[in-house]
Amino acid sequence: MTEFNDAFLTAWQLLALSDARLSAIAWLSLRVSLAATLVACVVGMPIGALLAVGRFPGRRVLIVLFNGLMGLPPVVVGLLVYLLLSRAGPLGQFGLLFSPEAMIVAQAVLVTPIVAALTRQVIADEWSEYREQLRSLGASRSRAAATLLWDGRFSLSTAALAGFGRAIAEVGAVMIVGGNIDGVTRVMTTTIALETSKGDLPLALALGFILIAVVLAINAVAYALRGWAERHWG
Amino acid sequence: MNAWLTMENLGLTEGGTRIIDDVSLALGAQRTVVLGPNGAGKSTLLRLIHGLLHPSGGTLRWARPVSQAMVFQRPVMLRTTALANVVYGLKLRGLAADECERRARQALAHVGLERLAKRPARLLSGGEQQRVALARVWALEPELLILDEPTASLDPASSREVERIINEIAASGTRILMTTHNLGQARRIAEEIVFIDRGRIAEQTPVAEFFKLPRTAAAQDFLQEEMP
Ligand SMILES: Nc1ncnc2c1ncn2[C@@H]1O[C@H](COP(=O)(O)OP(=O)(O)O)[C@@H](O)[C@H]1O
Ligand SMILES: [Mg+2]
Repeated sequence: MTEFNDAFLTAWQLLALSDARLSAIAWLSLRVSLAATLVACVVGMPIGALLAVGRFPGRRVLIVLFNGLMGLPPVVVGLLVYLLLSRAGPLGQFGLLFSPEAMIVAQAVLVTPIVAALTRQVIADEWSEYREQLRSLGASRSRAAATLLWDGRFSLSTAALAGFGRAIAEVGAVMIVGGNIDGVTRVMTTTIALETSKGDLPLALALGFILIAVVLAINAVAYALRGWAERHWG
Repeated sequence: MNAWLTMENLGLTEGGTRIIDDVSLALGAQRTVVLGPNGAGKSTLLRLIHGLLHPSGGTLRWARPVSQAMVFQRPVMLRTTALANVVYGLKLRGLAADECERRARQALAHVGLERLAKRPARLLSGGEQQRVALARVWALEPELLILDEPTASLDPASSREVERIINEIAASGTRILMTTHNLGQARRIAEEIVFIDRGRIAEQTPVAEFFKLPRTAAAQDFLQEEMP
């Protein structure tokens, strides 16, 4: 029990002193996951919109595929990206393995299907409301997709958020392609896993608190944004 | 009267039911109102003409290509300003940005909404939104304007305003093809009434004659029920 209390106490001290090691790890986590989410939105949102409004062969198969890929196991994504980026792999020449960039790639791969599938749902709802009006005004399907992406921008923040939540919380993919190298590729989740296994509970706990706080704060901001948008744009 | 649109044996079957059933009709009037009971197929006919639906049989023949626009029962507004909603339609026609803005402002002035140009369109009242929708199509200067019950969900004052705008658009030379649930409005706007019943054209009659004594029993029953 004392061990438990001590761990909490030390964790709070680390947080209060904004321990340099702690903040470096938290920052790297944020940067990697934000970048991965950005990439996933840039790639996944247009894909989701085209799946919602498009008419092309294989559309249904792709919808099922993207919905299925939402549940991709991070370790499997890690393994695939590892194979791609490793020396002998097709992208080996860039020497990205065990770098933050490799972690961004892995998380982007993990999160893109989530963003695409959620975007498709949002845009499909909008499309059923707007379809006739947009076609009547002469919008092509790709133009309609772009219009709906902009029109649904506030609802789509939820898709981005779900993607970010998934990225920042996963361990498996960043562990494999980042290698959990101290001071280089060590992020919150991999550090928590490692320090817990080594028995350094305060550091693990402190990072756990930050992780939870980050996720809650981002959700709160997104919630406030949507409320404002609802009042301001209807 | 020269027909600008001729339909021959036009049909639309959906899931085994014939929604539009062997319609042959020549439209030549400048202002045509389609009347008929609920579910008769009025909206479906307008959508076929506008090209939103494809007929399952028969032909639609235009005397010459006609630019057209449509106003729906419930206006669909993008999450942006009233002005940007009007600009959107013009941009799709490939006009330059400053020309879009100029025409959009002019159209909003025509419907009496220049003061609300910068307001979020979705927060306007139903009547104001429908006027933005009218400005959006007016700015396009279509040769044919199709309207599907444009005043169905509006209060009487807004309905009158929308009717005034439709009349002005008609006066500028645009052909009007519309449906309405409001017989007084049909009488004031139409030159010619097309009466449709269960997917078939029952009659096509000049407006004065139609409201004095329709030719078909179906239309007589309809008028009796709608005008006690
Ligand atoms: N997509 C559809 N599938 C099946 N039935 C439809 C469809 N659209 C309309 N209908 C039916 O066709 C009939 C005519 O509809 P509509 O044109 O909306 O009538 P109106 O506008 O005259 O009230 C109605 O009975 C309606 O239920
Ligand atoms: Mg209708």
